[in-house]
Amino acid sequence: MERKIRILIAKPGLDGHDRGAKIIARGFRDAGFEVIYTGLHQTPEQIVAAAIQEDVDGIGLSILSGAHDYIFPQVIQLLQGKGASDIVVFGGGIIPEEDILSLKGSGVKAIFVPGTTIEEAVKWVRENIKPRK
Amino acid sequence: MLKEDQLKKVQEDKKKWGGDLSKMLSETPERLPRFTTVSDLEIKGLYTPEDIKDLDYSREVGFPGVFPFTRGVQPSMYRGRLWTMRMFSGLGGPEETNKRFHYLLNHGETGLSIAFHYPTLMGYDSDSPNARGEIGKCGVAVDTLKDMEILFEGIPLDKVTTSMTINPPASVLLAMYIVMAEKQGVSKKEIGGTIQNDMLKEFIAQKTFMLPPRPSLRIIVDTIEYCTKEVPRWNTISISGYHIREAGSTAVQELAFTLADGIAYVEAAMERGLDVDDFAPRLSFFFDSHIDFFEEIAKYRAARRIWANVMKERFMAKKPRSWMLRFHTQTAGCSLTAQQPFNNVVRTAYEALAAVLGGTNSLHTNSLDETYAIPTEEAVTIALRTQQILAEETGVTNTIDPLAGSYFVEALTNEMEEKAWDYIRKIDEMGGMVKAIERGYPQMEIAEAAYRFQRQMDANEKVTVGVNKYVTDHPPITIWRMRPEIEERQLKRLQEVRRTRNNGKVKECLGEIRKASQNGGNLMPHIIHAVREYTTIQEICDVWREVFGRYTDPGYF
Repeated sequence: MERKIRILIAKPGLDGHDRGAKIIARGFRDAGFEVIYTGLHQTPEQIVAAAIQEDVDGIGLSILSGAHDYIFPQVIQLLQGKGASDIVVFGGGIIPEEDILSLKGSGVKAIFVPGTTIEEAVKWVRENIKPRK
Repeated sequence: MLKEDQLKKVQEDKKKWGGDLSKMLSETPERLPRFTTVSDLEIKGLYTPEDIKDLDYSREVGFPGVFPFTRGVQPSMYRGRLWTMRMFSGLGGPEETNKRFHYLLNHGETGLSIAFHYPTLMGYDSDSPNARGEIGKCGVAVDTLKDMEILFEGIPLDKVTTSMTINPPASVLLAMYIVMAEKQGVSKKEIGGTIQNDMLKEFIAQKTFMLPPRPSLRIIVDTIEYCTKEVPRWNTISISGYHIREAGSTAVQELAFTLADGIAYVEAAMERGLDVDDFAPRLSFFFDSHIDFFEEIAKYRAARRIWANVMKERFMAKKPRSWMLRFHTQTAGCSLTAQQPFNNVVRTAYEALAAVLGGTNSLHTNSLDETYAIPTEEAVTIALRTQQILAEETGVTNTIDPLAGSYFVEALTNEMEEKAWDYIRKIDEMGGMVKAIERGYPQMEIAEAAYRFQRQMDANEKVTVGVNKYVTDHPPITIWRMRPEIEERQLKRLQEVRRTRNNGKVKECLGEIRKASQNGGNLMPHIIHAVREYTTIQEICDVWREVFGRYTDPGYF
């Protein structure tokens, strides 16, 4: 039997808005994924270490403070440095449309903005993240 | 409220109406299976005198300015003085924010409210590794007294009151404000304002936390004790439901958890040996104004009534001022949409109207672009004008508590009060709010409500225009961006301050803070001493993190 998709939901930076992260963590769990939630105030280094230790297939970053332009690329770089760039990184939060393109350019696979349903996010994960061998 | 024969007549008429209604519904049913508030509270199609037949006007509603203050805390309400128009502002560095303060005051704002950037909120300096990517983005960067001095240049502190949304390092920012005012020639006896200083709701909802609950509470009581004696016009705490609601709670949960937090603070201050009537008059509150119009109005009315009873009956407060729940309101950020953002102006206007009809004492109205970033000058002007139109044009300020006596509003006020008491009793049974937080109880209740709402949105059982109904494309709007040179300037200034201050004195001050932290003396005089020497916010907070330990998020979901 194929193992379940494992997702790390992470809250980087200092921002405490965890409503979205918790809803998506619970939505993913209800959809049958294995979900690990980091809790708040994680540095990019802590997030990457947790992702590798937990052997996840994807990382969902949630950020609402505006620090995405620094933090998202930082997570991608650190993953590359650890030889773990096969872990898919996606994100969500308060992210202006004009920033989405540059974040995708830095390797973030998808950005979910306000108004996304749980089902849409679940469907995207099923289509884009496979359990790693 | 009605005589028995009048009530009987109402009941008979209602029965007849019910019959007519059933007949009609069998042909044309109602639009929805359930009619509910945004909090999923079920609302009936019609309220009549029967719904408030037991309401005792004198005991439960009464007169404005009179116990239990259901109709408002002042006898004349807005006929005497309008609510304070207080726009939450902070952007980039102190220079940019000072400019915004002047702009808002010049456009008719009547009180200031500071939004700090995340590093300040969490007790870090701008050059901390934890501040990377965050400088000046969600508010203004304040590292030392120097920044506070720039922030208030040209602002008369004997005339304007200032609210500061600051929690773990609230005492430090208050100390900076006191010293800055003193340098402007305004003594601490004269300054007026508020620090949020409400850590319990941080653990529950807003999540800017630093120390565990118990030492956090100790520092809060230090500020209450100090201000009661030394800064008499200062609101020592703003007991906040706003963040609880924004995290996804229902209106009843917001009401109940906020008042339960208030109870915990009163108990903590009384345990310190303070007289309730000395400090209670300076406790203030802060609520959300969400999109469900009547539910919000009922919430404010119920809040005043519950608090008055709590203070009088439970804590035996004697001064009427101790019984009064005075509150600030902010319209609901979480009700705004990134989609079709101009619609947010309309949402905010309805929410502001609910706050005013509910008797708020102070109000912030959100700007249309805040689902993207800190508001632009143009957007914040519309938000401020929304309040001014309410105050000057609509006529809603002419009479006090105009919805009192509405069968629906009174019944809903009663219902919210009863449901809030159920929660408060439950938290009492757990041993109070600190214990409830340690068990994760309010956190899980809120997460559950937030998840339920999202599911209802996803299933189109709840509608947000532009999100799950009437969806259309909208052109992008111009948003405020943080300029990179602001960050450089902030870092340079911080270095300059560290280089030019008396570092020996700073070390001494930090030693005093450490000693008082360990020995239990009131910290405030030591903090004031330290900030006067330009000790940074992080230098002080690091001492506390060492002495008391850090609180880390248990990550309930």
